[in-house]
Amino acid sequence: MASFNQRLQTALDSDLAFAFKRSPVAMTATTIFALLAIAAVLAPLIAPYNPFDPATLNLMNGFTPPMEANEFTGQTFTLGTDDQGRDVLSTIMYGLRISLFVGVAAVLFAAVLGVTLGLLAGYFGGWVDTVVMRIADVQITFPSILIAMLIFGVAKGLTPVEARDEMAIWVLILSIGLSEWVYYARTVRGATMVEKSKEYVAAARLANRSPLAIMFGHVLPNVMGPVLVLGTIGLALAIIAEATLSYLGVGAPPTQPSLGTLIRVGQDYLFNGEWWILFFPAVTLLALALSVNLLGDWLRDALNPRLR
Amino acid sequence: MTSTLTSRLAIAALTASFAVVTTSVEAETLRWARAGDSLTLDPHAQNEGPTHTLAHQIYEGLLQRDMAGEIIPALATDWAVTDDPKVWRFNLRQGVKFHGGEEFTADDAVFSLKRAMKPTSAMKELLASVADVRKVDDYTVDIETVGPNPLLPNNLTNMFMVDEGWTTANDAVEPQDVANGGENYLVRNTNGTGAFMMVSRAPDEKTVLKANPDYWGKGEFPLEVTEIIYTPIQNSATRVAALLSGEVDFIQDVPVQDLERADAQEGLKVVKAPQNRTIFFGMNMGDSDITADNVEGKNPLADVRVRKAMNMAINREAIQKVVMRGQSDPTGVIIPPFVNGWTAELAAYPTPDIAAAKAMMADAGYADGFAIRLDCPNDRYINDEAICQAAVGMLGQIGVTVNLNAQPKAQHFPLIKNKETDFYMLGWGVPPFDSEYVFNFLVHSTTDKYGSWNGTRYSNAEIDALVVSLATETDTEKRNLAINKIWETVQSEQLYLPIHNQILNWGMKDNINFDVQPEDQPHFKFMTFSN
Repeated sequence: MASFNQRLQTALDSDLAFAFKRSPVAMTATTIFALLAIAAVLAPLIAPYNPFDPATLNLMNGFTPPMEANEFTGQTFTLGTDDQGRDVLSTIMYGLRISLFVGVAAVLFAAVLGVTLGLLAGYFGGWVDTVVMRIADVQITFPSILIAMLIFGVAKGLTPVEARDEMAIWVLILSIGLSEWVYYARTVRGATMVEKSKEYVAAARLANRSPLAIMFGHVLPNVMGPVLVLGTIGLALAIIAEATLSYLGVGAPPTQPSLGTLIRVGQDYLFNGEWWILFFPAVTLLALALSVNLLGDWLRDALNPRLR
Repeated sequence: MTSTLTSRLAIAALTASFAVVTTSVEAETLRWARAGDSLTLDPHAQNEGPTHTLAHQIYEGLLQRDMAGEIIPALATDWAVTDDPKVWRFNLRQGVKFHGGEEFTADDAVFSLKRAMKPTSAMKELLASVADVRKVDDYTVDIETVGPNPLLPNNLTNMFMVDEGWTTANDAVEPQDVANGGENYLVRNTNGTGAFMMVSRAPDEKTVLKANPDYWGKGEFPLEVTEIIYTPIQNSATRVAALLSGEVDFIQDVPVQDLERADAQEGLKVVKAPQNRTIFFGMNMGDSDITADNVEGKNPLADVRVRKAMNMAINREAIQKVVMRGQSDPTGVIIPPFVNGWTAELAAYPTPDIAAAKAMMADAGYADGFAIRLDCPNDRYINDEAICQAAVGMLGQIGVTVNLNAQPKAQHFPLIKNKETDFYMLGWGVPPFDSEYVFNFLVHSTTDKYGSWNGTRYSNAEIDALVVSLATETDTEKRNLAINKIWETVQSEQLYLPIHNQILNWGMKDNINFDVQPEDQPHFKFMTFSN
């Protein structure tokens, strides 16, 4: 226990914590992100309705404005309802779950894949390096959203129609993850090439440790800083990528709307003044992406010794 | 300036027919948008509204429906039953030229009708009663039916005429085989007799047509439109924005939520009329097991109690009020009131009763419900995907867990034709305005000649025989009794889950004079402009 307290104390005394306490931007961004994350995680407990259970929906509640009673059912909804009578507040909370889950999982997938390939390429060099980095070079010439759409289309074609709804989320993660790994691989490869010529790596080699152990035990901890920054910024990108795909109608299934799906649905009703279907999900997506991005920016600056 | 004037004078002096061109030459370009594109340019390969609509600008049939839905002459000037009651004689219009310059003759008419009867044709059900098509002379054609068929002309309104020489030379005697992903020359090239000619086409993007300078109908139709630019815009917000901003002049499907706004805007108007089309769900009730559900070894949809329960779970009035904002007529039968055979009793639908529906489900052995996939188009009917989503919720209340698979019509329709879907949305218009047409396509079991859109796999020899008999029954009273008998079976078997009849809302510039055509088929040669 003492060691835990000591560790906590070390963490609180660190430069990073000091910088955090002095940055109102970082603190605001963290607060917003935390609130959204809590709302997402606790959605099944605190959301007033379950919008993903179609059987509980009453179509007659459709298009109820915020804080106004529905003309047929008399029910009132804080943020109004969408075209299917779903409570917008609950749908946003459930949609946040999808956005965050897809975002985090896609970043983890991209990071694990990118870091591993980057380490291998940087450490071994030679043909491993050539193959991995040329693939990366080719992929980076295409916008990642196009790659994600391509992978999504192929994966959707391969899954049987019955399984598509359940598979949609995993296919999203796969396609966004595969479209983002290049950035991790490039960064880690560069850092690894610097690290591997250092003395501690030579020492480990002389101690006859296996290349894998050196890569993951010694080199990896020393290249993780940039990966952390990339991961945070990547999270914002992944959330936006998921929203974009769903907005284009190729992401989350219509009966399980994510934030992007809600925005797509909502834009049909902008011209006739039913603004709330689009507005609230859009503001939520903006707050989520902005807070994560600001956090990532701050982290990059805080971890960069040259900026101190 | 001077040169144009002199050339105009010269032309006006030359011939009277050219004078007509120069007086109406205030080049009126019509920019037209709707949700979906034509599926193919082969005029016999798809029996589908938007496909026929584009084809009608380019091709013509022997006869056609005008903007009020009345039958008027087109490539035939008149037609009548001969002394033999089984033979209809059509006198063809003389001096009509295809866009390619060839003259339209009886050979082309015989060739076109025979082409439309081939197995790959989507129009064959309309000609199922035809025994033979014969050329009498260059401008006379006889159509012989297996028995007397007084209603035959009603089936010819979308039966387009192609040039025999051109079609044969381009190796397209067989219509495009849509079911097997076939292609032929006519899919991308046109050569009709219609008022407009193809200039360019990029499917799902843009199609440009220009006026046919040699059109036979000069003087008979206004022909004020000189160029048509057709751009499908699937997204409803984008489509209405294009109309509001003046980017397009005419849209065929104003989103129901934007009717007020479009009508109120200066310089725009919305014209509405009930459409000859019913939207419904079809269910595979014929197979012993189906793939789209989670029940092993049997087909829940085969049980009429399940189908009745599903029918009872659907809240048609909620769909009308919320999804359609009043722009539909809920119905309990898959034909609109225009159609011969419609009765108020058939159109009655049950009030939604979840408890009773659940009891029927339990009775059928599905107290815990089942899961099934629903295939739905998202660019064909008014708010099609939203209707399907609403149905997902309503069926969920009786324990039927529906997985919605919404996709563009180009992917959706083949599922029905190839019998690859067990639960699907379909909308059916009735161009001949008679129930026989609906039975031929949707009720008769699927054979070479009949039932190509019958996704229910329903097969009843007695009903089939009755359906076939309609084509040759000359006693109107007996025929109507037979129609009613078939409808009663369709209703008691709950072959389909009818939702509503659509109401059309055409949005256009104020200066356009155009009536809403009940089949949702604008024929632009009728369009006029007031300035």
